[in-house]
Amino acid sequence: MEALGREAGRSGWWAKAALALLAAGAMTLPGCISVNAPDKPIVIELNINIGQEVIYRLAADAANTVEANPHIF
Amino acid sequence: MTMTMMKTKLSRLAMLAGAIPLALGIVAVPVAAQDYASVKAAGLIGEKVDGYVAVVGSGGPELRRVVDDTNIKRRVVYAEKAQALRVTIEEYAFATACTLIAKTTPGEKYQVPDGSWQTRTAAPPVRDARCP
Repeated sequence: MEALGREAGRSGWWAKAALALLAAGAMTLPGCISVNAPDKPIVIELNINIGQEVIYRLAADAANTVEANPHIF
Repeated sequence: MTMTMMKTKLSRLAMLAGAIPLALGIVAVPVAAQDYASVKAAGLIGEKVDGYVAVVGSGGPELRRVVDDTNIKRRVVYAEKAQALRVTIEEYAFATACTLIAKTTPGEKYQVPDGSWQTRTAAPPVRDARCP
């Protein structure tokens, strides 16, 4: 009895999946996807991954480097 | 012709060769003036938030050469330090930028976190929130 119920549940799942697939297919078939370029320039923030603690740790060394290389800093 | 005479003639020739560009006024002053320190002081180049410099406004090829040259040398220093301290080049460069922007003097240009250029005044510069 339990096995039968599980079997019925499984077939119900398959029916739902098939229906969803059919619906998805029906939705995409007549439609035409248009991709437009954004009007604003894409800005990639490269510094986002730099943590504050590493900057604090490097501060003293960075200051020394600047002092030691006045021709480029 | 003796050897001494020849030497005198040669040295005269050398003197003359040196005098020609001077007389014509084609001394390398404009090029020599575009060194790192002077273009920085003039606000023609600015300190970026990433630890490198950039041309502010429309710069000529000579200005771009100064910027590229400085940035290449900076990157070498950043790479060495980053490797020694086991951090990324970007992290070391960013930490240096905090110092460099803080050290700008009035009239010099620097980049604010939103990417725009600012001229340093007597007031403290606008820096990234992560700067110490």
